[in-house]
Amino acid sequence: MATIVNVPEEKILHVNHFEFTYAGSDTPNIKTLSMPIAKNCITALIGPSGCGKTTLLRAFNRMHDLYPGNTYAGEILFEGRNILDTKEDLIALRSKIGMIFQKPTAFPMSIFDNVAYGLRLQGIKNRSEVSDRVEKALKDAAIWKEVNSRLKHDANGLSGGQQQRLCIARAIAVEPEILLFDEPTSALDPISTQGIEILVSELKERVSIVIVTHNMQQAARVSDYTGFMYLGELIELGRTEELFVTPKEKLTEEYITGKFG
Amino acid sequence: MTHTQKRIMTNNIVMVLSTLSALLGLGFLFWILGVLVFNGIEALNMNIFIYEGAPAGYEESGLKQALVGQLLIVLYATAVGVPLGVLSGTYLSEYGQSSKLSEVIRDISDIMMSAPSIVIGAFVYAIIVIPMGHFSGYAGAAALAIIMVPIILRTTDDMLQLVPSTLREAAFALGAPKYKVIIQVVYRGAKAGILTGILLAIARVAGETAPLLFTSFNDNFMNTDMNEAMASLTVTMYNYATSPYEDWQRLGWAAAFILSMFILGLNIIGRLFLLRKRGQ
Repeated sequence: MATIVNVPEEKILHVNHFEFTYAGSDTPNIKTLSMPIAKNCITALIGPSGCGKTTLLRAFNRMHDLYPGNTYAGEILFEGRNILDTKEDLIALRSKIGMIFQKPTAFPMSIFDNVAYGLRLQGIKNRSEVSDRVEKALKDAAIWKEVNSRLKHDANGLSGGQQQRLCIARAIAVEPEILLFDEPTSALDPISTQGIEILVSELKERVSIVIVTHNMQQAARVSDYTGFMYLGELIELGRTEELFVTPKEKLTEEYITGKFG
Repeated sequence: MTHTQKRIMTNNIVMVLSTLSALLGLGFLFWILGVLVFNGIEALNMNIFIYEGAPAGYEESGLKQALVGQLLIVLYATAVGVPLGVLSGTYLSEYGQSSKLSEVIRDISDIMMSAPSIVIGAFVYAIIVIPMGHFSGYAGAAALAIIMVPIILRTTDDMLQLVPSTLREAAFALGAPKYKVIIQVVYRGAKAGILTGILLAIARVAGETAPLLFTSFNDNFMNTDMNEAMASLTVTMYNYATSPYEDWQRLGWAAAFILSMFILGLNIIGRLFLLRKRGQ
């Protein structure tokens, strides 16, 4: 069982005996994992490649359902429901739990339309409301100054870092409860990375954030809580400064001191 | 002779041989185009666009019926072939993916793409022309549509698969239902490629003669009724070019020239789309 220490009372997600198996795999890729995700905090998931951190993240918005044959077991509680329920409305779920990917995923349309996309999906048609919320989202994502003169331009003309902030603007425009970040800076240069990290820290006042990262310094810099995963299991979860300074588990210590991974 | 000298000599021989064969191929191409342009332009005049076919020796004869017939047949074929091809390509890439059924459809469409077009003409003759009892523009359009579908299906399938799956995931992650992801995001990403595939498929069928010979047949006079036999540039060209009359042969050259320019134009536009896409 994982060592879980000092997690606050208020939780946004509760993972309970969760198990996940990819199509064609004989054994579960994530084994009976339980962990709380704190509300309005940043939780980082770290661990060596293949430890299942991205797999776990992609279960939170049921991304695995896009590909046939993947199976879940156990429960993930969100707003009092088990989101793994087969009757769960995935469209509604995903508009409450947004996701930012490793590589920027700007849609082949204008900057404005990219951010308006989620709003229009929710049926918001009023032009002035759409443009107000697009502006607000772009400001919140700290990219408004760079793009306000060229909102009608193709989003693919932006730099990688700008595109990633555009994707964040697109995700926060629909005011989700949770944002999932899947290694959001691994394709970016150091300056863009810093910009994204500052942005993520500012966002936690409004949304709960789970971030998967390969970069332990990044986890230490931005997160409030850190979970260390290894071979499909959660080894340790605790306050970030405690986990990095005084890890309770030997495996955690070996990983953060660079003995493996 | 040293080893190095030998290598340089072999290199030079191979280079000269390959350059010569390239020039030979290009030489024939420009010879064909040259003869076509020379005879075609000479035969072009306003009468061609104003008058219908007429017996040999008449001053007032033209290709109006063939131009209109060709356009109508290709238009109807496009109206049927494009939606069928794009939708089935969409099924393969977005719904069937790598299922058994999709793989079988892909293989069959590859076979259909290389099927001799005269076989497709014979097929349409058997299932449309014989039951209806007469040749018709519809039968011609059906034959061309059948030739178009596998081409458009494959390019659509390929172009949609080139759209990165993370783009689809990003749209799903915003709460988009599948049909909206396909129409609003995936199609947009593959627009230039699909459009190019469509243009090239139109260019391909516009040059077909064999499947029209026994479906839409021919008509020397103006006809816009798709339910009747109908003239086309290709069949008209075949008839006129093999006739013994010099003025009919000239009309044949004019038809060849107009058709080639049309197909060349479609090809150039198609390539421009792709270039612009790559430039982004």
